[in-house]
Amino acid sequence: MTQRAWLPPLVLLLCLAVFPLFAGEYFVNLGSQVLVAAVFASSLNLLVGYAGLTSLGHASFLGLSAYISAWLAVRMGLGHAVTAPAALLLTTLIGMAFGWIALRATGLGFLMLTLALSQIVWGVGFRWVSLTNGDNGLSGLTRPQPFGWNLEISNNYFWFSLIVAGLSVFLMSRFVDSPFGASLRGTRDQPRRMSALGFNVWAIRWVAFVVSSFFAAVAGLLYVYFHKYIHPSVMSISVSAEALLSVIAGGSGTIAGPLLGALLVVVMKNYASAYIERWNMLLGFVFVFIVIFMPNGVVPGLRHWTRHWRKDSP
Amino acid sequence: MQIWVIQTLNSLSLGGLLFMLSSGFALIFGLMRIANLTHGALFMLGAYVAATVVRAGYGLALAALAAAVAIAIVGGLIERLILRRLTGNPQGQVLATLGLSFVAADFCLMVWGGDPIPINTPAMFRTPLQLLGLSFPTYRLFVLAVSIVSAAALYLLIERTRLGAMIRAGVDDMQMARAVGIPASRLFTTVFCLGAGLAGLGGAIGGPIFNAYPGLDGEMLPLALIVVILGGVGSLVGTFVASFVIGFVYTFGIALAPDLAYVILFLPMVVVIAFRPTGLFGRAIT
Amino acid sequence: MSNRREFLQATSGAAVTLALPGLASAQARDDHVRIGLMTVKTGPLASGGIDMERGLNMYLAERNNMLAGRKVQLFVADTGGTPANAKSKIQELVELNKIHVLIGPLAAFEALAIDDYLRAQKVPTLSVAAAEDMTQRKANPWFVRASSSSAQCAHVMADHCAKTLKYKRMALIADDIAYGQEMNAGFQRVFEDAGGKIVQKLFPPLTAPDYGSFLAQLKTNVDAVFLGFAGSNGFRFVRQFNEYGLRDKVAIVGGMTALDESVLRNMGDEALGIQTVNWYSAELANPLNVKFAAAFRKQFGYDPGYYGAATYVNGAILEAALNAVGGKAADRDGLMAAMRKTDILSARGPVKFDSYGNVVGDVYIRRVERKDGRLVNSVVKTYPNVSQFWTYDPKAFLANPVYSRDWPPAKNLES
Repeated sequence: MTQRAWLPPLVLLLCLAVFPLFAGEYFVNLGSQVLVAAVFASSLNLLVGYAGLTSLGHASFLGLSAYISAWLAVRMGLGHAVTAPAALLLTTLIGMAFGWIALRATGLGFLMLTLALSQIVWGVGFRWVSLTNGDNGLSGLTRPQPFGWNLEISNNYFWFSLIVAGLSVFLMSRFVDSPFGASLRGTRDQPRRMSALGFNVWAIRWVAFVVSSFFAAVAGLLYVYFHKYIHPSVMSISVSAEALLSVIAGGSGTIAGPLLGALLVVVMKNYASAYIERWNMLLGFVFVFIVIFMPNGVVPGLRHWTRHWRKDSP
Repeated sequence: MQIWVIQTLNSLSLGGLLFMLSSGFALIFGLMRIANLTHGALFMLGAYVAATVVRAGYGLALAALAAAVAIAIVGGLIERLILRRLTGNPQGQVLATLGLSFVAADFCLMVWGGDPIPINTPAMFRTPLQLLGLSFPTYRLFVLAVSIVSAAALYLLIERTRLGAMIRAGVDDMQMARAVGIPASRLFTTVFCLGAGLAGLGGAIGGPIFNAYPGLDGEMLPLALIVVILGGVGSLVGTFVASFVIGFVYTFGIALAPDLAYVILFLPMVVVIAFRPTGLFGRAIT
Repeated sequence: MSNRREFLQATSGAAVTLALPGLASAQARDDHVRIGLMTVKTGPLASGGIDMERGLNMYLAERNNMLAGRKVQLFVADTGGTPANAKSKIQELVELNKIHVLIGPLAAFEALAIDDYLRAQKVPTLSVAAAEDMTQRKANPWFVRASSSSAQCAHVMADHCAKTLKYKRMALIADDIAYGQEMNAGFQRVFEDAGGKIVQKLFPPLTAPDYGSFLAQLKTNVDAVFLGFAGSNGFRFVRQFNEYGLRDKVAIVGGMTALDESVLRNMGDEALGIQTVNWYSAELANPLNVKFAAAFRKQFGYDPGYYGAATYVNGAILEAALNAVGGKAADRDGLMAAMRKTDILSARGPVKFDSYGNVVGDVYIRRVERKDGRLVNSVVKTYPNVSQFWTYDPKAFLANPVYSRDWPPAKNLES
């Protein structure tokens, strides 16, 4: 990393930290949702951007983590100190299994497998009513109170999410900047060469898959704490598709990309739907537009366009 | 005993419907290697177009034709205006078709509203067929017949016409095909139109059973994916056989173990891609 | 270097986007009564959701947008039918638009998703969603429901089937969601208590486009089958039922949403004669409804059904409650208390609430007939003063588990 590369993220973090102090409760809550989406999109980006594996089934990890936490709390009466690690652990284990299955193929086959696995989880969520309460979902959930900090207050929850999100994104950025991350990018760009050099491409991808499922599980916890309710629809294709849109829109293969993409998608969904009746269509058009004209995402796309104006682009 | 007969007939007719749904997808996927995620929405659009034509007083045959042509045109536009700009970017193509499916679905909602629109079964098929003391909807048998005829027609197209030869060459090896002078660009547009037209036709033919309603696209797309993956990419025979396999698996599965409906549906696909990527008849998709 | 640029751009992008709200928020007017309508205008539930908006708009328009002497500001939120969006939208309505009262939501899981938020924020809510426990075991003090709990009308139909239609053996079929399960369970309980037998229960998945497999399993040695479907599934089922030649073998009766007016207008002769139960029919003869249904039909070209009537009735309840508190919509406790004490006549007939917040009102048995060239749900019989507990003691009722697929246990099933 270059000398003062930590400065911009720190500035961003500080801006966000003071945000609740002058924004209304609605926007603070919206901000919390953006943070959850940001963690989720970043976790997907590990697969899409850094491993070169496009997945349409990532929502299953978000949902599984949320459900496990909720189920243990509601049905077993366990406290958050137990449910949170349990949810993370179990979801990651499932991630290992799913990764093993999904990585039997690459490219389109991988996409289909992730889609199929996620649909199975979704279907089970709806139909195994005795376990998941089916269409009624699980309600009556609470937010944790780490060290007595009352997270039911919106501002507190925002700061909590900010800490968790910041930490997660930081860890993910260290992961991709590490030697392992370099080999991961190698398998994305030149899998055959990597293989010839003696790297176990499959194992590298599998590890990335598992790590990505772990962070998706983290997002799942943030999600279920925020909403205090869980419903099988959280594991649907559209949730996976929105995360994918966030990653692609923001710019896969960068750390900032998914963050910006998540912001764009969440704000657009909430805002646009208030003012534009056909916001689904708008979302679809935006998707197509970005895929065609800014295939690397908004961040590199903007950079590319602004380059035309400035003479001093490095 | 009676139940088994009816369920078998159900399976066959569902299989026929699935073939009508999936053949277009299989064609596009096989030749252009594009997983056209707009396929479900095109099917739904076909159903809506057919419903409108039938409501205006015309027969189902004309409605089906109108649907096929209209959706084929839509398909052509999609291919020319959007997918063409993404050649060489399969991920982009999949994502673009995903975005377009949102647009198409919302468009249907905008034009036709949120209520389901029925398509009336043509009068000649309304009385149930009496067979061994059972009744079975005549229309479903008609759909089965139509699917077999379509399959035969597609087979002849692929095996016996020049267009078919070009498609087969492209499926085998696109680069070589280009090298021997096959106009890839025009071929792609033609095939995409054909695939889309088949989707529209499927929607129209399936209309009297499913009706046109918002959400139909989301229910149909996964089925098409499952059938094509199971059957194997690049093989029409595979798609045909897989349609009926899934028809049986789904119909009997849902009768015997309704709670596992989704598992039963998707498990074959998972097993196939994971352990036999060529599917029943085709070549590997990656 | 490029990392830094990215972050700068990300930060400025974030700052700009976050500043947007300041520029564009819908200004909440202090002197107005601010009503939030949470509905579904996109996706599979859209048809009911759009009717909800129409019904409410009609009520307000008839009164020149004034209730209890104050102007009304209506905020309509489209949740798209997902619980996560429901949560976002209620936050928007409460925190941004500062609504005084909520009408909606439409779907049961949306109500469950926002339940604790409504309690915490003390939002008087006139719900349309049918989830049972919202007015039973987990009764929310801020919640009243003027439509029906899932089983409230099903109890009535079961009684009608057993005592008037004299059915002895029936099958039940409904979507495999809580609403369908609760409805069927309520039906089963009353039917079997009246001496009938439920010999088969089927629960096709909500998104099953094709009922062939279930129709094959349906027993033909029953008197009738009860449909607990919602939305378009009921209508699809009836059509396929006829195509399988079952029409002459087994009768059909339906629950409150099986053959709703919004679905009926797309059906044909296959629906004639089918009896369903609901807390409303466009054919109700009371003067308020005669006026409402005619106006609705004139403006939109079709009869109002469950959803259009629900919000229209909610409008009437709200107006009466506002009148009772002298127009002071900001007095939440007062407004809520007034709503719970509602005792009015509305387009659906008389409306009162029980101590749990659920409506006690008339429930109607309807039969599909053709009138003036269109299909209508003619009222055949009226059951007055029906509560969510039927004739059971509320405490005993609540001591039992909530209605579900497995409760009450079905003892007469035949394989």
